Amino acid sequence: MSRRSRIGSLLILAGAVAAACAKTPPAPAPSPVRAGPTVDSSRIRDSLANAKRMADSLAAERDRLASGVAAARSALVAKIFFDYDKSDITDQGKAILDAKVPILNINPGIRIRVEGNTDRRGSDEYNLALGQRRAASAKRYLTEHGIDASRLDIISYGAERPVAEGDAEDAYSQNRRDEFVIVAGGDNLKVAAQ
Amino acid sequence: MLARIAAAASVIAAAVPAMGQDTSRTGVHIGLNYQPGTKPGVVVLPIVGPGGDTAHAMIQRDLDYADALNVISDIDPGLGSITVNYPLLEKLGAAAVVQAFLAPTSLHVIVHDVVKRRVLLTRDFALPAAVGSAEWRMAIHDATDWAQQAITGSRGIAASRIAFIRDGQVYITDTDGADTRPVTQKGGGPLSPSWQPTGRFLTYSFFGARGTQIAVLDLTAGSARALSATPTGLNSTPTFSPDGNSIVYTHGDENGTDLYLVPAFGAEPARRITVGHGSDNTQPTFSPDGRRLAFTSGRSGHPEVYIVNIDGTEPDLLTPFQFGDDIYRASPNWSPDGRLVAFESRVNGRFQIETIALRDHTVKQLTSDGINEDPKWAPDGRHLVFTSNRTGVRQLFVLDAESGRTRQLTFGGPARLPSWSRSLATP
Repeated sequence: MSRRSRIGSLLILAGAVAAACAKTPPAPAPSPVRAGPTVDSSRIRDSLANAKRMADSLAAERDRLASGVAAARSALVAKIFFDYDKSDITDQGKAILDAKVPILNINPGIRIRVEGNTDRRGSDEYNLALGQRRAASAKRYLTEHGIDASRLDIISYGAERPVAEGDAEDAYSQNRRDEFVIVAGGDNLKVAAQ
Repeated sequence: MLARIAAAASVIAAAVPAMGQDTSRTGVHIGLNYQPGTKPGVVVLPIVGPGGDTAHAMIQRDLDYADALNVISDIDPGLGSITVNYPLLEKLGAAAVVQAFLAPTSLHVIVHDVVKRRVLLTRDFALPAAVGSAEWRMAIHDATDWAQQAITGSRGIAASRIAFIRDGQVYITDTDGADTRPVTQKGGGPLSPSWQPTGRFLTYSFFGARGTQIAVLDLTAGSARALSATPTGLNSTPTFSPDGNSIVYTHGDENGTDLYLVPAFGAEPARRITVGHGSDNTQPTFSPDGRRLAFTSGRSGHPEVYIVNIDGTEPDLLTPFQFGDDIYRASPNWSPDGRLVAFESRVNGRFQIETIALRDHTVKQLTSDGINEDPKWAPDGRHLVFTSNRTGVRQLFVLDAESGRTRQLTFGGPARLPSWSRSLATP
């Protein structure tokens, strides 16, 4: 059984159990007949408790997987930032790119478009070339870390698509960036085993 | 009308004095005698007929914008439109007079030499019937440019157009700001429009599905096509060769950007020009003879202007820089007379327009107000259009490189990345 279908089965089972729990009627009112706990009722309680534990465990697993998928997705699209008029990958940028590598490795169907951007200072036309160099830098780093070049498209938007307006350094630094867009294989994202 | 023109000619002929009275300098055969750097006075006589006032105002304004003549207005309307009173005009400071007569489908223009008290040149210009239409206005601009050439020896620039980017579209405008309109649809984010010498075609870049592509727009047919040589990667800053048959542009994938040459109207593959070894090489501009290119390159670590032969040989730094400085020079544009390259240069943190002389590399700064970028020469090699934020948002301004006189060309939404066409005058 593949990991994917196993996880799928677990999720289905968890769902079924959770549904069963929800439909369980309230415990019956105490019988007027004074009687000690029977083996049967004890078993039922144990069984219900077990089912509850199992459901909780599966729900936790489902949440863990969901948050894992979300974390993987956000790691894949995390931006990297550049110094003024530079296309070198910073140490912080390397860490962000390093986090993408294992996710790309276990999801061979994913294709990414790297979009190079610049701040608004300088020539709009030269900035297109600078943005291209920034996108190419990230692609080169990822391919040097084992990602097939055919999975990485690059495009430059130069200074044409700022995420922050204004002429403060804070806005400039936010705009000097590579964005990573998942263009294929983004559904059914797999996450690394714990 | 013809009779009136004939009458006017006779009056003028009668007014022409004996040549013996001419005491002006000799030696100039075309145009008036005047010293470079001075602006001879000119009077444009009132023009009678439908559209006459408009034509009169346009001719006065065009001559004023050209900065080569001192337009003497506010003259006594009693001067009339037929008789040319040379002595009075000379007292007013006029060295030349422009006189025009409107006919239903033509404009008859007479240029007078006031000092020599005679007609210098005459010419008829075909006029579209629709007074005030774009074509009618362009014919008036054409007549003005001719009159200026008759007086000064150098043609005016009124009959030309400027393309630019506004609101994600390519726009064009006349030199007086009239007939401003988009010539592309919304979408695609076009950049860097550049005229083909005939004025019929524009080339520009746009964001396509797989990269940035080069388009060629036929303004006559109203249709655009993408160059087949540029389907993927970055393809930008296209420019037509002086003969109008080729386009040089920058292309980059993963190892820097370099300049390429491709036939403008064929399907042949592109040929690489520069070898930048991973650096940025962009913004090509042709020398007037088509043999060389100036371009921006980051090969030294920061943007500077270089020159290279069209076959890629002899790349050489044009703009001087000191090792280790953070100077940023870009957006070169070669002047039509071949003597200067205009470019933008960072000065105290803000970009300014400068020129550098090809002969001795003398650098001259032309602007200081606000951030000024994207200089492009007018066909006269004297004026420049450029982008400035001096009034707030970016707009286009026209600068006389000789006097420094500057006027705002565009108003409204932000405008940038201009390109000045060649003269669209009738030969």
